[in-house]
Amino acid sequence: MSNDSTRKTIIVALGVCLVCSILVATAAVSLSGRQQANKKLDKIKNILIAGDLLEDNKDVEKIYKDKIKPEIVNLETGRIISKDQYNETLNVDDFDIKKVADDPEYGKRVPSDIDIALIKKMPKFMTIYEVKDMDQIEKYILPVYGYGLWSTLYGFLALDKDLKTVQGITFYEHGETPGLGGEVDNPRWKQLWKDKIAFDDDWNVKLTVIKGKVDASSPEAKYQVDGLSGSTLTTRGVDHLVKFWLSDNGYGPFLANQREGMYNE
Amino acid sequence: MSKVRSILLDPIFNDNPIAKQILGICSALAVTSKLETSIVMALAVIFVVAFSNLAVSLIRHLIPSSIRIIVEMTIIASLVIIADQIIKAYAFDVSKQLSVYVGLIITNCIIMGRAEAFALKNPPVESFIDGIGNGLGYTFVLLAVGAVRELFGAGKLLGYTVFSINTEGGWYMPNGLFVLSPSAFILIGLLIWIIRTWKPEQVEEE
Repeated sequence: MSNDSTRKTIIVALGVCLVCSILVATAAVSLSGRQQANKKLDKIKNILIAGDLLEDNKDVEKIYKDKIKPEIVNLETGRIISKDQYNETLNVDDFDIKKVADDPEYGKRVPSDIDIALIKKMPKFMTIYEVKDMDQIEKYILPVYGYGLWSTLYGFLALDKDLKTVQGITFYEHGETPGLGGEVDNPRWKQLWKDKIAFDDDWNVKLTVIKGKVDASSPEAKYQVDGLSGSTLTTRGVDHLVKFWLSDNGYGPFLANQREGMYNE
Repeated sequence: MSKVRSILLDPIFNDNPIAKQILGICSALAVTSKLETSIVMALAVIFVVAFSNLAVSLIRHLIPSSIRIIVEMTIIASLVIIADQIIKAYAFDVSKQLSVYVGLIITNCIIMGRAEAFALKNPPVESFIDGIGNGLGYTFVLLAVGAVRELFGAGKLLGYTVFSINTEGGWYMPNGLFVLSPSAFILIGLLIWIIRTWKPEQVEEE
């Protein structure tokens, strides 16, 4: 039978597809456990980096277990939801921002007039991470995301227990240009965020990433972070996403509740 | 033996897929901003081109000419997915940096080119070696470009500081051009120039 007969063509096509699909499926299934574990570990590591808890030679999962308490917050009411409201989509162990934002029940569209972070869709619920030391909350680690120049940046912003001092910021997923916008990963730049004040006395978001260097003698300096040179648009994206998530459209209601509890006690 | 040797080693300098055949330029620009990503990308390409050559060669007498290209693409695409899965499982940090480029190995002309030009006409063992040889040729260019770009763009090699850079109190001011793709164009151009000066027989006739 010639190679070019219809029958032969179909047999070869089917045979190749069958063998290839078995190989691909085997690889995907057998490695998926490891890949999931990697993803989870990476996220935990970034939560610890944001909270400045990462220590050399220490098991990240152990630090996470000892120090971090995840909670799910209803962003509209600002209340922490109880554990019995957890389900397959809403649970602290594998809370996937993208999945929840796309979910018809748990996600919502962001109207374009308030969408300064250019995220289009956001979850109605968010997992936040409380850093605890002997049952006292030390810091809040809040997931944040927004559009930079080329990509959506996903990260964490850590706030002190006074609810206005920034303790750290980190991004665990982005596609910005290495060496330019990608410098959002630079530990020295991230260090600049520590001890900056996010809100003014009336609790309006004041924290700004400026273009160029902060003038340390200015009274505004504590509200300002240096922009990254060569990455104006990525820096603007970071500025906008921080403003968005700290505003009333983001964690505002939650932070207001926490403040009330804290200052009334 | 000398034939096997030349199949393996020729693609490195004498018939380099990037420098001589000008194939696979796209990914060579995209992933070479750091040495580490270059190494992982190069290993993935060696894996894919060697095994796609082997597979295509094994069934070369069976492939109907009407679906020849589709069969090759199916094999290549499957191998790329497998390579991507392995990298995600065992080199997670690098996989985050390589992002879509591993998937784009499918469109790397070197692999298709070798399947068409070599594997269809030669027995499996030679084809496999040809794949490794061409993979090594690609590797050579990637490593050369990646090393220069990381060194001058960030003052580092494989993440270790070589030149202490000025933002961290050193003397070297990183050249931002080297972290951007156009620098790879210039570097590959220089490399081609060097190779063709050294081996003038590679210069095309006008």
